Amino acid sequence: MNSAIFVALRRLRFPIILLIGICALGMIGLVLIPGVDENGAPWHMTFFDAFYFMSYTASTIGFGEIPRPFSYAQRLWVTFIIYLSVLGWAYAIARLLALLQDRGFQQTLVQQRFTREVRRLREPFFLVCGFGETGMQVCHALDRMRMRFVVIDLREDRVAEVDLQAFQTDTPALTGDARFPQNLAMAGLEHPACRGVLALTSDDGANLAVAMAGKLLHPGVPVICRAMSRSVADNMASFGTDHVINPFDTFADYLTLAMNSPGKHRLTDLLVGESGQRFRPAPLPPRGHWVVVGYGRFGREIVTCLDAEGLDVSIIDPAPEIPGRRHVRGTGTESGPLRQAGIERAAGVVAGTGDDVNNLSIAVTARELNPRVFVIVRQNLQANRSLFDAYDAQLNMVPSQIIADRCVALLGTPMLARFLALARGQDDGWAEELAGRLEALVPGRVPELWDVRLDLDEASAVYRALVDRDGEVRVGTLLRDPADRGAALDCIALMLSRTRRPELLPSRELRVRPGDRLLFAGSVEARERQRSVLQNANVFDYVHKGREIPGGWVWEAMTRLRAGRRG
Amino acid sequence: MSLEKVVFGFFILLAATLNFGFVWGDIDNPVHHDAWELFGALVVSLIATVLKLGDRTQVGAVHLATSLVADLQLIAAAVVWVHTSSAGIEVGPDRMASIVSLAVGALLANLVSVTMLVVETMMLRR
Repeated sequence: MNSAIFVALRRLRFPIILLIGICALGMIGLVLIPGVDENGAPWHMTFFDAFYFMSYTASTIGFGEIPRPFSYAQRLWVTFIIYLSVLGWAYAIARLLALLQDRGFQQTLVQQRFTREVRRLREPFFLVCGFGETGMQVCHALDRMRMRFVVIDLREDRVAEVDLQAFQTDTPALTGDARFPQNLAMAGLEHPACRGVLALTSDDGANLAVAMAGKLLHPGVPVICRAMSRSVADNMASFGTDHVINPFDTFADYLTLAMNSPGKHRLTDLLVGESGQRFRPAPLPPRGHWVVVGYGRFGREIVTCLDAEGLDVSIIDPAPEIPGRRHVRGTGTESGPLRQAGIERAAGVVAGTGDDVNNLSIAVTARELNPRVFVIVRQNLQANRSLFDAYDAQLNMVPSQIIADRCVALLGTPMLARFLALARGQDDGWAEELAGRLEALVPGRVPELWDVRLDLDEASAVYRALVDRDGEVRVGTLLRDPADRGAALDCIALMLSRTRRPELLPSRELRVRPGDRLLFAGSVEARERQRSVLQNANVFDYVHKGREIPGGWVWEAMTRLRAGRRG
Repeated sequence: MSLEKVVFGFFILLAATLNFGFVWGDIDNPVHHDAWELFGALVVSLIATVLKLGDRTQVGAVHLATSLVADLQLIAAAVVWVHTSSAGIEVGPDRMASIVSLAVGALLANLVSVTMLVVETMMLRR
């Protein structure tokens, strides 16, 4: 039985006993007190008559005096018992209402419904902790990818927001502290269909706790964490958190990539974006003198990155002193400090304070003083998006967007992180060429990415051909168009992973083995077509050998027989 | 000593004793079995059931189950009685035998309940 009923019954014990008592008392009186029938002879109610009378009187239905008109003695008793039972019922109902309005009880009901919803989830789902700006963006992206998720957040208004977001699927949401393992367990951390945990709260400590709980309570489930500080990020990585995303660090890294290897930068941009969205190559930041306004967590990462490039950096910050550095004191929103920091001769400016209005003000002033300056502006709140869009900086740094993009890329195609890491080790020309090929396949859009494991589930036709018929299948076969095997699908095999060392851009001649995992990029249509090659044995045979094989078991068997006789 | 424990024990014991009082006598002799006693046994048994509600322990669950069994048996006995006397005739020995045998079933459940109460009390060692 569920606990809400238990709580209710325990609280309502006294009112129920009171009602039973009143009913019993009324029955006793009715049975004892004699009535007078039409002949003047005394009569007594039976227990059943009394119970019947009490039932319809106490519930205010009032059928009248049954089985025959009452005597005055009976009416006197009935009057008394009517008042008594009305009082009893009023009391019981008042207690029931009080119980229903009780916060604790409501919470129990909500939790119970949530737990039931989570338990009944059959499709794979993700556990999203924290439904702030980042969490919301990630959830919308997951929703677009038709994945299910469960939300847990500390704040009630945010949980209420989940219902207002109109996701395609029902999203169970719980108000609770994600730091407590029992809340995580309730939200399905140990559920067999849980495919991943995303710790996206604004509190690093809470994210750390979630990561730890995830690793201990459901080992093997990937955990993705947001971390704002380096020490927490290191801590998370130390016990095997799968992906730690520090938006500032990620952005600084991105900036480094953009300055050093434009090819890799473009490739990363192409692969990490959300599939099908318009792709506009980001402008490359120039070298030269840089002005960084705001020396907080973000500013520090940027300055470290610019220093590493050997660029000349001026900092503007209201802090009285920055150890080991000369800087201009001020907020940077007025032209004075900007001029002092050398904005007129600067190649770029970073408006990186924690305040959106100040950042915009800095950016506008900087552009007024030097119209050719490259502007990087930090946008903290999604709500201010229209302002930033109107300003149109060369690079817009939105922490929540960075985290959301990363999460989506990692969850949508788990092999991508590995691919990007390996691509880092290649030279820039390689990346440039690959990016060019991808852009040619899907012009102006972010390509679709997908991975395939050559097993019975995902590629039954290929698997059967490899295992049962001991066939030879090459990577090139999987890239052929099922409508015309001479034509190629609009996709590229990015990576083949078999053992510890994955193969980047496997050649078309490479033989695949059962259990191999392949990462593809290309158009959505190519993905659909490839699916039929992977799953449908007839289509696969056509693509593989170039002959049409009759469908159906009988024809298949006959073909096999004939082939056997011939050979 | 707490009042709650007293009330709890009182009702459980009273349910058993009233039930026993009703059952005691020749099984088919209507003179030995009083309708008032059956009424009393049923009301007290219902109250005992409500008192047992909401205890989530294993013992509490069995307690509640015995009470529900007793209620069911007593209600069945009462229904048989009402049905028999609805024709305006007195309850005969054959019907009385079936009423009492139903009530004896309830008595068994009540005895289990009392035994559990006693054992539970002994286990406390206080």
